[in-house]
Amino acid sequence: MIREFSLNDLVFMLEALRWTVGLAIIATIGGGALGIIVAVLRVVAFKPANWLAIGYINLVQGTPLLGQLFVFFFGLPLFGIQVDAWVAASLSLSIYASAFFGEIWRGSLQSVSQRQWEAGAALGLNYWQRLTHVVLPQALRISIAPTVGFLVQLVKNTSLAALIGFIELTRASQIITAATFAPLPVYTTAAALYFIICFSLSQFSQRLERRFHVTR
Amino acid sequence: MSLVELTDIHKSFGSVEVLKGISMTMEQGEIVAIIGRSGSGKSTLLRCINGLESVQSGRIQVAGIEATKPGADLNALRQRAGMVFQSYNLFPHLSVERNVMLALRLVQKMSVDEARELAHAMVAKVGLAEKLAAYPDELSGGQQQRVAIARSLAMQPTLMLFDEITSALDPELVGEVLKVLEGVAREGMTMMLVTHEMNFAKNVADRVIFMHEGRIHEDGPARETLLEPRTEELRSFLSAVLH
Ligand SMILES: Nc1ncnc2c1ncn2[C@@H]1O[C@H](COP(=O)(O)OP(=O)(O)OP(=O)(O)O)[C@@H](O)[C@H]1O
Ligand SMILES: [Mg+2]
Repeated sequence: MIREFSLNDLVFMLEALRWTVGLAIIATIGGGALGIIVAVLRVVAFKPANWLAIGYINLVQGTPLLGQLFVFFFGLPLFGIQVDAWVAASLSLSIYASAFFGEIWRGSLQSVSQRQWEAGAALGLNYWQRLTHVVLPQALRISIAPTVGFLVQLVKNTSLAALIGFIELTRASQIITAATFAPLPVYTTAAALYFIICFSLSQFSQRLERRFHVTR
Repeated sequence: MSLVELTDIHKSFGSVEVLKGISMTMEQGEIVAIIGRSGSGKSTLLRCINGLESVQSGRIQVAGIEATKPGADLNALRQRAGMVFQSYNLFPHLSVERNVMLALRLVQKMSVDEARELAHAMVAKVGLAEKLAAYPDELSGGQQQRVAIARSLAMQPTLMLFDEITSALDPELVGEVLKVLEGVAREGMTMMLVTHEMNFAKNVADRVIFMHEGRIHEDGPARETLLEPRTEELRSFLSAVLH
C-alpha cells in the first residue's frame, strides 16, 4: 500500500521531533552538569584528578556514540540492571556531551588571561572570588559559540537513539518514507526541521554573545 | 619597623637567578622610583613585594605582614599594597563602576551603596566621572589605566606599587596618567614605581633605586642620584634612556 506524503505524516514528524528536542535538552542538562565537573577536574592543581578527567574525555571522545548507547541499552541488562530506552539514551547522550562540554569549558577557562587572575589577586580577592567573579564570567562568554556549536551536533546525534527504538525525527522519516516511497519530500521536511532548530540555536548564541557585552 | 623591609631576597625562575640578594627598607610616605634596564628584575621585585611571586630565600615584611612566612595572609597583604600593572588589566566584563566596586564588595564587605559611593568618588578623582557606565573596551588606554588606578586606590591601601604603568600607552596619553599619579603623590600616598619616565622620577620621587643585573646598584635621593650618578652603569643607563 503506497500512499501520498500527507499532513498526517507531517504531524507524525512533528511529534517525533519532540523526542529529538527532548533528548537534546536532557543531554544538555545532564552533560552540562557533568561537564562542569569534568572541566574542574581537568584544571585543578591535583594531578590524579587531571589524569582521571583526561582518561574520561579520551574514553568518551574516542569511542563511537552508538557504542556507548548500546553499552547502556544492551550491556547493563547483562548485569541485571534493567534500563529502558529513555534512561539508556539520556545517560549515554549526557556522558557523550559531558566530555565535549568539559573540554570546551576547560579551553574557555584557560583562555582567560593569567593577568586577569593576577589583577584579582592584586585587589585581595581570594582564589574562589577570582574564579567566580573574574574568570568564570569571561570564560562563559568565550564558551558561548563553541558550546552552541556542539549543541547543534548533539541535536543531530540524537538520531542515533532510533537504533534502540526511539521514534525521533530521523526514524519517523524512515517510517514515512517506507510507506510513501517519497523520500525527497520527507527528508527535505526532516532536514528543514533540523535546520530550524539548529539555526535558532545559532541565532540565540549570537544574541547571547551580544548581551554579554564584550565580545573580544 | 619600616613600612617595607626586604632582607636578602633571592628569586630564581628555574635556574636563572633574577634577584640576587635585595635588601632595602621603605618608610611611610616615601615615593621610590625604581629604574634599570629591561630584565634587571624591577617587575619581579614589585611582584615579590605583594606576593604575586614567591622567593627562594630572604625575608619580606610589608605593612606589618611577613609575606615570606609560610601561610602568610597574602590577600590581606595585597589589600595594604595595591598594584597597578603596565597592561591595566581591567575586568572586561564589568563596567567602570563595577570594576571599582568588585573588591570593595567582596573583600571589604561594603554594602552596595557604600561601595558605589566610594567608587564614584575614586573615578571622579581620576577625572572619569562621565565614564562610570562605560566598559573597558570603550575607553582609551590612558582612561583604562586611570580606572585601574582608581580601582586600586579605592581599597585604601597603605602602599601603592606601580609597574611601568605608562609604558603601554600611546605617547599622547602618557601625560594624563602621570598627572593622576602626581595627584596621588601629593596626597601623601606611599608609592613604589617602576618607571622609564626620568623626569617624572626626578620631580615626583624622593628616592631612586637603580637595579642592575638583579641587584640594587644605586640607591639615593632622586635628584642627586639622577643628576650625579656614582657608578658607570647608571651613567650609561641614563645616557641611553635620555638620548
Ligand atoms: N615568569 C617568569 N618565568 C621565567 N622568567 C621570568 C619570568 N618573569 C621574569 N622572568 C625573567 O626574569 C628577568 C627579570 O624580569 P623582570 O620582568 O623583573 O625585568 P624588568 O626589569 O621588569 O624588565 P622590563 O623593563 O623589561 O619590564 C628577565 O630575564 C625575565 O626574562
Ligand atoms: Mg618589567
